[in-house]
Amino acid sequence: MPRTNTTIAVLSGKGGTGKTLLSVNLACVAPSSIYVDCDVEEPNGGLFFKPEAITVFPVSVKIPVVDEKLCNGCHTCVDFCRFNALALVGQKLLVFNEVCHACGGCTLICPQNAITEQERIIGRVEMGISGNVKVLSGIMEVGESSGVPIIRKLLADPATPELTLIDCPPGSACLVMESIRKADFCLLVAEPTLFGVHNLAMVYDLVRKFHKPYAVVLNKCLAEDNPAETFCQEHAIRVLGKIPFDYELGFMHSNASIAARESQKYRVLFSSILEAVLREMDR
Amino acid sequence: MKQLLILSGKGGTGKTTVASAFIKLSHAKAFADCDVDAPNLHLVTSGLSTATCTDYMGMQKAVVDTGLCIGCDRCRKHCRFTAIQNHVEHYEVNPYDCEGCGVCVAVCPVGAVSLQPAKAGVLKLFCTADTVFSTAQLEMGSGTSGKLVTEVKKQMVNQSAGKAPLAIIDGSPGIGCPVIASLNQVDLVLIVAEPSVSGISDMRRILEAADRFQVPTAVCINKYDTDMRHSDEIENLCLETGVAFTGRIPFDPAAVRAINCGKSIVDVDCPAGDAVRNVYGNTLRLLEERSGR
Amino acid sequence: MKLVLPTDGNTLDSRICASFGRSPYFCFYDTVDRQSTFIRNTAADSEGGAGIKAAQILVDHQVEALLTLRCGENAAQVLTAANSKIYKALDTSLTDNIAAFEQGALLPLTHFHAGFHGHA
Repeated sequence: MPRTNTTIAVLSGKGGTGKTLLSVNLACVAPSSIYVDCDVEEPNGGLFFKPEAITVFPVSVKIPVVDEKLCNGCHTCVDFCRFNALALVGQKLLVFNEVCHACGGCTLICPQNAITEQERIIGRVEMGISGNVKVLSGIMEVGESSGVPIIRKLLADPATPELTLIDCPPGSACLVMESIRKADFCLLVAEPTLFGVHNLAMVYDLVRKFHKPYAVVLNKCLAEDNPAETFCQEHAIRVLGKIPFDYELGFMHSNASIAARESQKYRVLFSSILEAVLREMDR
Repeated sequence: MKQLLILSGKGGTGKTTVASAFIKLSHAKAFADCDVDAPNLHLVTSGLSTATCTDYMGMQKAVVDTGLCIGCDRCRKHCRFTAIQNHVEHYEVNPYDCEGCGVCVAVCPVGAVSLQPAKAGVLKLFCTADTVFSTAQLEMGSGTSGKLVTEVKKQMVNQSAGKAPLAIIDGSPGIGCPVIASLNQVDLVLIVAEPSVSGISDMRRILEAADRFQVPTAVCINKYDTDMRHSDEIENLCLETGVAFTGRIPFDPAAVRAINCGKSIVDVDCPAGDAVRNVYGNTLRLLEERSGR
Repeated sequence: MKLVLPTDGNTLDSRICASFGRSPYFCFYDTVDRQSTFIRNTAADSEGGAGIKAAQILVDHQVEALLTLRCGENAAQVLTAANSKIYKALDTSLTDNIAAFEQGALLPLTHFHAGFHGHA
C-alpha cells in the first residue's frame, strides 16, 4: 500500500547542528524526493543542490491603500489598527507598510469604503530540480520582519505521495512552528554540546506540544560521552542514527558539497538513516 | 552606556562562545541574551543568583465565548491568519496563529469574540551587587519575539542605571524580528562568521540587515582553520566593502570542553582563548573610535 | 508656539527622554502663555509602531515643534506631513531645552533612524 505519511521536518533548536546536512543528504538518497528550505531568513539548501530550471514565485502580502477623495478623516481605521500602521494628518492617511500585518481590518472597517488593498512583495519561493530532488527554497527580503507568509506559500501545495524533507529554521518560535505544521514526522538533530542539549530540550517540548511523532539523529559524534545521547536515554527518545564528527564530512559540507552524492561511504550512512526513519514512521 | 551586539546570520557560528568571553574580559557590569527563542548565555555564566521573573505578555489573542457564539462563520472567513477553526459546532481560536489584529472582534455580530491578554514568555533578571544580566525565554511557537528582545534590553538598561559603561549583548541567528529589535541603540555589531559557503552567504545577509539600520559593523571569524580558503574570502570581502575585520579564532577542542563545562573560553588556557583576547582588543578599540554617542 | 518634549518625569525639571515613541510622558509647552501640560504617553504600551502612534498623538494635539534627542523615520514622516518641526534636543532638563529653543540655539534634527518594524 502506498505510504501516506511522507513529510519529514528536520529541526534542532540550536543553529549549526546539522539540519541542512541531514535534510539535504536524506533527500538525495531517496529514489526521488522534495526538499523544502523553510529557513527563509538564511536559506542554504540551494547552495548545495545548485538547482536548475528555476521558476520564481513572488510572495506578497496585502497592504491598505486609501482613496483620498473618499477619506473624510474620521480616524476609525487609525483607532482600529492594533499595530499602529496608520496615521492621519488632516484628511491624509499615511500607511506604514513594514509595520502593517496585512490583517485587512482597516479595509473592512472604513465607514467610507475608502480603503482598498494592494500586493506588496516580501520574498519569494524558488523551485528547481537537482537530479532526483525537486528543490523548493523560501527567501525572505532583507528588512522584513516575518517570514511566516513565505513558509505558508512553500508548504501550500496539497499533500503529495513524494517523500518530502523540510529543512526548518533554528529556534522553536513561530517560524519553526509554521514549518512543522504539516509534517508527519519530526527528526531532531542534536550535537554533543551543552548548548545543543539545552536547545534539543526545547524542540523536544515543541514537537510533543504539537503531537508530532519524533526521533533524534545525533550529529558530530565523538568517542567521548555524548550529553545529547544521555538526554535521549533519560527521556526514552529513539535515536535513529549517528553521524560522526569527521573532517572529511565537515570539509565537504563547508564547501557546499553533498556528501551522499560525492562519497559512497556517506551515501551508505545517510541511506541507513533514511531507512531507519521510514521504519520508525511505519511503527 | 555603550552597547556591543554579537550577531552571526548563520546559527552555530559561536556568538555565545564569543559573547561569554567578552563579558569575562571586559568585566562587563551589564550583559544580556537577546536570543529569546533559544537562550544559552546563562549556561556559561557563573555565579548566577535566583532570577527575578516577570511574565511577558505578548499581543493579545482572540477568544470566542461559545455561550454567545451563533455560528455565523464570519470570524473564520475574515481571519487572514487561518487562526479560527470550526470544531464541531464550536469555534476556537488557535493562539499560536492568532496575531491579535481584532478583525474577528470587529466582524462578530453578537460580540462573542474578545481580545484577551496572553502570556508569550518570561523575562528574567539576575542581579548581583554590581552586575546585571538580563535574559528571557519565549514561549515556544510564539511570535513577537522582537518586543520581548526590546524588554530584555530595557530591563538591562534600567537596572544598570548608568553604572555600566559597556553592555555586551548576545544576539540571535537570522535577520528577522528579534535581530532587528536587538539592533536598536547599539553602538557596534560584531558578526561572528563561519568560513563555509553557507556561513558566507548568511553573513552577507546579516551585513545587509545591519547596514539597513545604519549600525556600525565589524566581523571576526570563528573556527577559521577549518577552511582557510573561505576564511580568506571573508577577510577579502571585508576589505572590499569597508567592513572592519577584528580577527580570527581557531577551532579548538579545549574551547569546546570549556563551554561544555559551563565556562567561557578565557577561563581556560587555550589557543581559542588567546585568539579571542586579540579579537576583543580590536573590537573594543573600534567601539571607542566608531561610537557616535 | 506649541512645543512638545518627551520626558521621563512630570515637572519642568525632569530630564528629556532618550526615546521618543516609548517616552513615559510628553510635556506640551506654550511659548506664548508659558503654560505646561503633561500627559502620559499611551503609545509606550504599544506592541509595535510606537513612534507612529506617538506622532499621531502629537498631531492630534496640534503640536508645532518637537524637541527630541532622536526620532524614527516613520514618526518623522507623520510629523512632517502635519508641518510640525523637529529639533535636536539637549540631553538635559526640559527647562534648559525650552530656554535653548527660545534662544534659537537648537538645530533641526536631520538624522532619523530606520523604523524597527514594530519591534522596538
